[in-house]
Amino acid sequence: MDPMQAIKDTFFQECEEQLGELETGLLAMQEGSADNETVNAVFRAVHSIKGGAGAFKLDRLVKFAHVFETTLDKIRNGALAPADAVMKTMLRAADVLADLVTVSREGGTFDDPHSNELIAELNAHCDEKAPPREAPAEDDSDGNPFAALGWEPVTLALEPDINEYVIVFKPKPELYAKGNETTRLMRELSRLGSLTVRCEIADVPLLANFEPEHSYLSWRATLRSVQDIAAVRAVFEFVDDDCHLDIEPVDPGAPEAEAPQETAAEVAPEASEEPKAVEETKAAAPTPREVAKQEAGGSGNATQNTIRVDLDRVDRLINLVGELVINQAMLTQRVLEAGAVKNASIATGLDDLEHLTREIQESVMAIRAQPVRPLFQRMSRIVREIADVTGKNVRLKTEGEGAEVDRTVIERLADPLTHMIRNAVDHGLERPDARIAAGKPAQGEVRLSAAHKSGRVVIEIADDGRGIDRPKVKAIAIKKGLIAPDAQLTDSEIDNLLFMPGFSTAETVSNISGRGVGMDVVKRSIQALGGRIAITSKLGQGSTFSLSLPLTLAVLDGMVVRVADQTLVVPLNSILETMKPKPGEVYGLGPDTQVMGIRGGFIPLIDVGYALGFRSHRADPMTGVTLLIETEGGVRSALMVDAIQDQRQVVIKSLESNYGHVEGIAAATILGDGRIALILDTDAIVHSSSGRNSPSDMLLAG
Amino acid sequence: MSMKILTVDDSRTMRDMLRLALSSAGFDVVQAVDGLDGLDVLDRENPELVITDINMPKMDGFGFIEGARKIDRFRVVPILVLTTESDPDKKMRAKKAGATGWIVKPFDPVKLVDVIRRVAA
Repeated sequence: MDPMQAIKDTFFQECEEQLGELETGLLAMQEGSADNETVNAVFRAVHSIKGGAGAFKLDRLVKFAHVFETTLDKIRNGALAPADAVMKTMLRAADVLADLVTVSREGGTFDDPHSNELIAELNAHCDEKAPPREAPAEDDSDGNPFAALGWEPVTLALEPDINEYVIVFKPKPELYAKGNETTRLMRELSRLGSLTVRCEIADVPLLANFEPEHSYLSWRATLRSVQDIAAVRAVFEFVDDDCHLDIEPVDPGAPEAEAPQETAAEVAPEASEEPKAVEETKAAAPTPREVAKQEAGGSGNATQNTIRVDLDRVDRLINLVGELVINQAMLTQRVLEAGAVKNASIATGLDDLEHLTREIQESVMAIRAQPVRPLFQRMSRIVREIADVTGKNVRLKTEGEGAEVDRTVIERLADPLTHMIRNAVDHGLERPDARIAAGKPAQGEVRLSAAHKSGRVVIEIADDGRGIDRPKVKAIAIKKGLIAPDAQLTDSEIDNLLFMPGFSTAETVSNISGRGVGMDVVKRSIQALGGRIAITSKLGQGSTFSLSLPLTLAVLDGMVVRVADQTLVVPLNSILETMKPKPGEVYGLGPDTQVMGIRGGFIPLIDVGYALGFRSHRADPMTGVTLLIETEGGVRSALMVDAIQDQRQVVIKSLESNYGHVEGIAAATILGDGRIALILDTDAIVHSSSGRNSPSDMLLAG
Repeated sequence: MSMKILTVDDSRTMRDMLRLALSSAGFDVVQAVDGLDGLDVLDRENPELVITDINMPKMDGFGFIEGARKIDRFRVVPILVLTTESDPDKKMRAKKAGATGWIVKPFDPVKLVDVIRRVAA
């Protein structure tokens, strides 16, 4: 890749991080819980974005970031109080900045009037008497960087009126202490015209009296240049405090004041060894250096040590560790079979190996894990936007942002989470007047939290709104034909109707949450991640959606089952319950269809062995076990297997790269005894069997 | 042996750009992410020239320059400030802290290299 493009990618990546910090910081400032470092971090975030944007000539971004930064600087200096109105503008400015970053990266149109409006607002918050400085991108980018260094551009055209200056320059020791050198300054002078330099060594004492830290030398230079005196002074701009400097223009008519003196050695600028010699003496002088080291380097360990690694490499490592886990299980099983367990040292060794393997596995998984913080930060913007559109007053409270989940899980969680947050504000929370009437504070609260619970991460989206109106939900479901009019449903069953495809409680479909995606889509995306979703709700007090997700996608909790002498794994998260059919519960509907009666309803019964072609005819349901599963869209089916063997964590091995997609099979795993077991794709099995069974119709009728 | 330059900047973008500009000009580049880290790398790597940002977390550029100047062998190493700030007060502070020069971002890689050669030659 073009190195500049790679850096640009890095820049945008970094922008994302900075925008995250910016938002967190601004929110902390708004709450009044920000310390100085937070304010600095906020300033730095905008500052860094501006710096990078300048390098890539993203002028609009630079312009906006500059105004934003100027206002933030006022707050940082205490010139502007972070009042509520100011902070609201800041947060909106952060949103515009984020949009500008996105537009700069992906192209597309940008709402200029909106950004101009904010620029005006930001400027209004600044002191009117002090308009923002010109953006440096405009005054310095194509200008002369030496001007900033105190050097003027070189003009070599020799024009008739040449000025002559006599420059007497005597550095103080501080000049050398700042890394400056006479050689360099004289060389810069020589760029302005023709230069003669003489080093005055009269002040150098005898060696016995020589003080290594002192500066004894001075220079007398004659410069003939077309430049004016300001240009000559500019050369010394950065050192003028640290030297005695005398620049005198010479009257062209006056006689040359340049008489050789006995104490002066004439040197060309390039050959002026004297100052170097002095420096070397200084450098060699033994002085205590530990003080500085203790002060300066002592806390150096506090720096963050991170490396960036290609995801592919991490995935390869994860894969290899998966192999190791399987290998360890196989080894253990073989040792057991060989009857060697009586040997205590082998048993201990195997135990240690198992512990180590598990630890390695967990550590490797942790590499892919990332905190949910950036994801949560994005949600606060979503909340602000919807609050604006709906006229609701909302506060987003986040907890447990430090909880870490697999990177892929985080990426794929963004859409469902956005949707649920939108729902919570749009459908969950009441309008301020309704809230006050209900005796609640006008400002509603949406709480977004993450926590680790028994090897999974649980994310909760809770609102303190009106709660689910169950009679209304039921009425809608009946009206839409989702349930039978006389269906007897528990509260939780009614709540779960929200996940049915095509269900929407909002009487007027708003343009916020009514975007054609319902909670059924949310549920499906969560399930695709190996997650589960649940609702709890109390009328008038609010609803809580709770997502339980695996920490990683590389392993899976599965139920090991036997079907027609094959060992299969069924993902545990899709299994609701297991049961043994009793005589009279299974009914045949035509030659190819069987249903099972459960609690007054009927659900299709699928013989897994038959569906996958392991046997040519159906087994007797009475000899097997059924797994009640729920697939996409809340469709329930019963999968019939011969026996349940075990419940365990398995390492997922993809089959697709070698075998292509196999209908009904999601992946494979290797069991402890070395045998390969296929992992069922329950959705696909139900779907392919539904051609014969049409289960969804039956469920709806049930 | 090529000259070793330390760049201190909290922005990954800036670090990448500096690395590209300086290493393609034949310099040996070592990098640090903030002032504290900078002092650490300084001590370890012994660079012959330093380019530092001002606005950084943990320890800003002023603190870094002051810290560097307290270490005996870095008292005369050129330290250039590379920043988006063009505020004269800040310039003054950098100068007081012991900076050798001041360059305003965004920088032109060719000119930056030119300035470095002139300062370090």
